[in-house]
Amino acid sequence: MANSAAARTEVLRRIRVATGPASDRAAIEAEWSGIERAYKHVASIDQEGRLHQLEDRLRDYDAGVYRSTRAGVAALVERILGERGKQTMAVPSGIPAEWLPADVKFIEDTRGDVSGIDGCEGVLTSATLAIAETGTIVLQDAPGQGRRAVTLLPDYHLCLVHAANIVQTVPEAIALLQPTAHLATTFFSGPSATADIEMTRIKGVHGPRFVDVILILD
Amino acid sequence: MSLITFDPARVPTFQVAAKSLLGDTQMRKNVRHATDVIQNKRAIVVNEMSDWQQLRESGRQIKEHTLRHLGFYLQQFEENCTKAGGVVHWARDAAEAREIVIDLVKQSGSNEVIKIKSMTTEEIGLNKGLEAHGIRAYETDLAELIIQMGNDLPSHIVVPALHKNRQQIREIFKREMNLPDLGDQPADLAEAARMFLREKFLRVKTGVSGANFLIAETGGVCVVESEGNGRMCLTLPETLITIAGVEKVIPRYQDLEVFAQLLPRSATGERMNPYTSIWTGVHPTDGPRTFHIVLMDNARTKILADEESRQTLACIRCGACQNICPVYRQTGGHAYGSVYAGPIGAILTPQLQEMHSGQSLPYASSLCGACYEVCPVKINIPEILIHLRHKVVEQNTQGFGALNPEALAMKAMAMLFMSESRFRAAQRMGRMAERPLVNKAGWVTWLPGLLGGWTQVRDLHEMPKQTFREWFEQRGAIDGK
Repeated sequence: MANSAAARTEVLRRIRVATGPASDRAAIEAEWSGIERAYKHVASIDQEGRLHQLEDRLRDYDAGVYRSTRAGVAALVERILGERGKQTMAVPSGIPAEWLPADVKFIEDTRGDVSGIDGCEGVLTSATLAIAETGTIVLQDAPGQGRRAVTLLPDYHLCLVHAANIVQTVPEAIALLQPTAHLATTFFSGPSATADIEMTRIKGVHGPRFVDVILILD
Repeated sequence: MSLITFDPARVPTFQVAAKSLLGDTQMRKNVRHATDVIQNKRAIVVNEMSDWQQLRESGRQIKEHTLRHLGFYLQQFEENCTKAGGVVHWARDAAEAREIVIDLVKQSGSNEVIKIKSMTTEEIGLNKGLEAHGIRAYETDLAELIIQMGNDLPSHIVVPALHKNRQQIREIFKREMNLPDLGDQPADLAEAARMFLREKFLRVKTGVSGANFLIAETGGVCVVESEGNGRMCLTLPETLITIAGVEKVIPRYQDLEVFAQLLPRSATGERMNPYTSIWTGVHPTDGPRTFHIVLMDNARTKILADEESRQTLACIRCGACQNICPVYRQTGGHAYGSVYAGPIGAILTPQLQEMHSGQSLPYASSLCGACYEVCPVKINIPEILIHLRHKVVEQNTQGFGALNPEALAMKAMAMLFMSESRFRAAQRMGRMAERPLVNKAGWVTWLPGLLGGWTQVRDLHEMPKQTFREWFEQRGAIDGK
């Protein structure tokens, strides 16, 4: 094994030589606070505008988008899964029972071996928030969203987002995520894609190739 | 990453490599097509951002601030990552980083690793090192898989196989995956990669990645990708080993709000890349049981010490400068003889090699400045290119270097320019000397020896019959004043 302690000392010494002696913490924090941030921070459109923008961006990524009332969720889930021909779906723990229609089989992830998830036809989760401007949905290791593998291995992801959790800009999203920054976090923007062949964005390599999003209006 | 690597001691100069690559019309067509597509996409999504210039300025300032306090932020990252269950290692150079990773893979009890695309692992030739210790590395990014299976070298920092078109990729996959009936639609090729790699994702116990951002405030690591192969490697293995250059640290979680906007729009022309993963140390019941991160110097502190080129380290590896560069668009990436090609490669490569090799790269530019304009963190690449040209000249004129023809010619020129009478005499001599070479139209089309370098590609106008000073003095005489 390489001598990491010696390497650490040497790398930090080289940095000190290059940048001069270290400033104290308070001075560095003050300097960080002085960084110019004249970019857009807050939303310039109302909730209906954000809904529209998110729908537009998600469709641009080739995701399916639906709106639902709180009461109508289970019926819409049943319809979408019926159209997609999905009979066995994985769910993380913490999904509200009233979202799940009776005649689809839902298997709750127990966080054991991943082969159980790999065998499912799809996965249904909620989300922490969505960013309208970029068509991004943020998942964290929280009830209803689960561990990262559960939204990765199945080929189909049905994701439910509360309209109240839609922000317009990336800075708004980061501010909301800051208190839970330590959780494993995944931003996804549409289905898995690649542009590695002739720079043409094509849907689907390793993550879910098919994504539907239900926006729940309060 | 394949098992062949760019060997700094043996790659030809840029000018020599470029000359032969310019004859590869298929490669040039592929590069032109891909860079055109990506540039158009970028322009659309950048133009819809009214605050793009403000974002760039913030990005620049965050990076400048971080580099000024690099020691502080690295130690803060180390402390927080360790608290969250990660193990932090330090490496002085490429050899040490390789050694650490190889030892960690052995410790994990695996003789195979799955890898996310990482330019840093390319830089240190990790796959070759792993192979030498009997460890098989599977590249999982589509482009890297194409490079690995084709025994090729990367030519772009975001889209390493950009120089290959779909038919060429189909031939590689057909041969290597034994799929005689494979189609050539991009979707067919992506499907083939999906099938080939799924089994490896589920079986291989150790993953290796690079990193886009290390967050000092939280000890978190951020990886940005498209395909989901990154998520597979970060989530499914029991052990995860991440290698990052020391410059990848950013101060706070909030700083992500700037880079998460700048990077995808600049890199692939998307409002957001399909997947961004952030993890902090080890998460119980989610992802790897063991997480190691190697913080590598490998000449970065040398760049840090040079105040004029320190901003090189602000690079977030978006590749926008490559796509727009009129030189890169003609030669492709391989001419640069390094995993870092294009304008950023022209400044980064010679500095990473401590100016021992890659000296021709600062000249691989017309200094048009397009790279500076598109750079999301406003790295003034032309300025650094000139700074490095200066360094190359200084280096080449030391000791016996002072006797090389160019250095001698420059010294003679300096002598002439220092004295008015010597300069006038030289002008008169030049007019006389050129006389036999000037054609009827007043052009010189051939010059002897070293000077011929000019007339090989362009004609030289004959010197004027009279200089401005001569005319001015004569005019004074006529006016009688």
